[in-house]
Amino acid sequence: MERHDRTMGLLSALPMLLVLVLSFAAPLLVVFAFSVMPPKVFDLAHMPDFSAYGVLLSQGYHRSLAWALGTALASTIILFLICWPLAYAMAKVFNRFTLVITVAVVITLFVSENIRLFGWVLTLMKGGLIEGHLRAWTGMSFEGALYNVPIIIFGLVYVYFPFMLFPLVQGISMVPDDARQAASDLGASKWQVFWEIDLPLSAPGIVVGCLLSFVLAAGAMAESKLLGGQAVIVIADEIETAFTYGQNWPLGSALSIVLILIIGSLAVFAVSRVDLDSIMGRRR
Amino acid sequence: MQTGRAARIALYLYGGLAIAFLYLPLVSVGFASVSKARYLTFPIKRYTTQWYGKALESQTVNDLLWTSLTIAGIVTVVSMVVGFFGALAFARYHWRFRGVFQKLILLPIFFPQAVLGLALLMWFNFVGWIPDWKSAVVAHLVWISPIATLVIAIRAYSFDPALEEAARDLGASTWTILKEVTGPLLMPGVVSAGLFAFLLSWGNFPLSLFTTGADSTLPEWLYAKMVSGYSPLVPTVGILSIATSMVLLIIAYLISRVLASRRKRRQPADE
Repeated sequence: MERHDRTMGLLSALPMLLVLVLSFAAPLLVVFAFSVMPPKVFDLAHMPDFSAYGVLLSQGYHRSLAWALGTALASTIILFLICWPLAYAMAKVFNRFTLVITVAVVITLFVSENIRLFGWVLTLMKGGLIEGHLRAWTGMSFEGALYNVPIIIFGLVYVYFPFMLFPLVQGISMVPDDARQAASDLGASKWQVFWEIDLPLSAPGIVVGCLLSFVLAAGAMAESKLLGGQAVIVIADEIETAFTYGQNWPLGSALSIVLILIIGSLAVFAVSRVDLDSIMGRRR
Repeated sequence: MQTGRAARIALYLYGGLAIAFLYLPLVSVGFASVSKARYLTFPIKRYTTQWYGKALESQTVNDLLWTSLTIAGIVTVVSMVVGFFGALAFARYHWRFRGVFQKLILLPIFFPQAVLGLALLMWFNFVGWIPDWKSAVVAHLVWISPIATLVIAIRAYSFDPALEEAARDLGASTWTILKEVTGPLLMPGVVSAGLFAFLLSWGNFPLSLFTTGADSTLPEWLYAKMVSGYSPLVPTVGILSIATSMVLLIIAYLISRVLASRRKRRQPADE
C-alpha cells in the first residue's frame, strides 16, 4: 500500500506540476534572464550586464516601491482591525448569519475587480451617488473624494477584504471554547482572554490573512489607477509602463524581480509556517 | 463564554454594514446603467433601458462575450481535470514530496497577477507564440487550477481511504477504483471547483490584460473604456457581465438543491 500511494501521489501531481513548470517557473526564469540584459533589447542573445538594476537604483524607483509597500501595509493593518470583530462573530456568535455573510462575500469575488472599483468611482466622484444626493437633498456639496492616497488604501481594503476575513474566521474557529472559558473562570479579563488566548491560538489564520492581503495589495495596480488617478505611482504601475510605453523590457524585468523577491520571500515564509493539513480539515 | 445581548446586536449590525459596504459600488453601477443622460450625474432624473438594447446589438460586445465565454469554458474543463488529480496528490496519497507540492501550489495564488501576466507575455515571446485568446487560457490556468485543486482537496480530506482499499481487496484495478469509487466521491468538489474556475476566469482582469494579444475579454474592454473616459455602455456591460455570473450561480444552486432532495428521498427506501 505504501508503494502504491507513493507512485499514485507522484502521478496525480504531474498535470499540476506540468502547469506550474511551463507557465509559472519558466516565465519567471525568462523575467530573470531579461533583467540582466542590456537596455531596450527584445531577445536574450546578448551579453548580460546589470545596467537595468543600476537604472533602477539611480532613477528613484524606490519611491514607487515605498508607496506600494506603504499602502499595502496600511491596508493590511486596517483590514485586520475591521475584520477581527466580524471574523470573531462569524466563528463564535452567528449561526445562520455566518452562511449569509460567507455567500455574500464570495459572490463579490466573482465580480471583476475593476467593475467594483468603477462602482466606487461612480459612488464617490463629484456628482456621484453620495455627493449628488447630498447636494440635491441638503444643498451641501464637497469636492469628490477621489484621487488621493487615502482613497487608494480604501480601495485596497475593499478589494482584499475577503482575503483577510476568511483566514481570520478559520483561525478563530480553531480556538477551543474551553480554553476561553477556563481563562475567564480563572479571572482573566476580556482583554486578557483576547491577548493571551484568542490571538496566539488563532495565529495561523492571522499569519495567512495578513500576508495574503499584504502581498496581493503590494502587487496591485488597478486601485491606484482607477481610484487614485495619478496621485501616486506604485511599483506595479511602473513595471507596466516600462513594458508598454517605455519599451524597455530589461528595466521592467529588473523592477519585477525586486517586487518578486520581496513578495516571494514573504510568501515562502508564510506558507512554510502553516500546516495546511490542519487548516483544511484533515480528519486522520 | 456568552456574548452579551447588546454585543450580539452590535455584531449583527456590523455584519449587515459589511455586506452593505461590499455591495454599495454595485448599486451605483446598477443605477448608472439605467440612466438616460449621456454624462452621468446623481441623482438620476430620467431612467431608460436603451443602453441594454444598444449593448446587446453591438457587434463588439458580442465578440467580447464570446471570447470571454470560450476562455472561461476551456479553463473550467482543464482545471477540473488538473484539480481532481492535484487534490488527490494534495490530500489523499502519502507520497514523498507531498509537503513541498502543497506549498508549491500556493505560490501562484500569492503572486501579483499583473506581474505574472507580464512574465507570461515575455515567455510567450521567448518561445515564439504570438499571444491571442489561447495564451490567455494558459495564463488563467496558472492561477485558477491551484484554486480548483484546493477546493477539491477540501472534499478529498473528508474521504475515507478504507473505501478505496476495500475496492482493491475485492480485485478492482487502479483505473476502476478511480472511476467507480474516488471519482463519484469527489464529484461534488469537482463541480464546485468548476463553478469557481468559470466565474474567476470570467471576471479576471489582471491576467488577461497582457496575455490576450489582439483579442480582448469583457473585463479588459471595460478597463480600457474606464481609463479613457466615461461611456454609458460601461455600466451596462458591467451589469451584463455580473448578471451572467449570477444566473450561473443560481442555476448551480438550484441543481444542487434538486440533487440533495432526490438523495434524501431515496435514502429511506434504501434502508
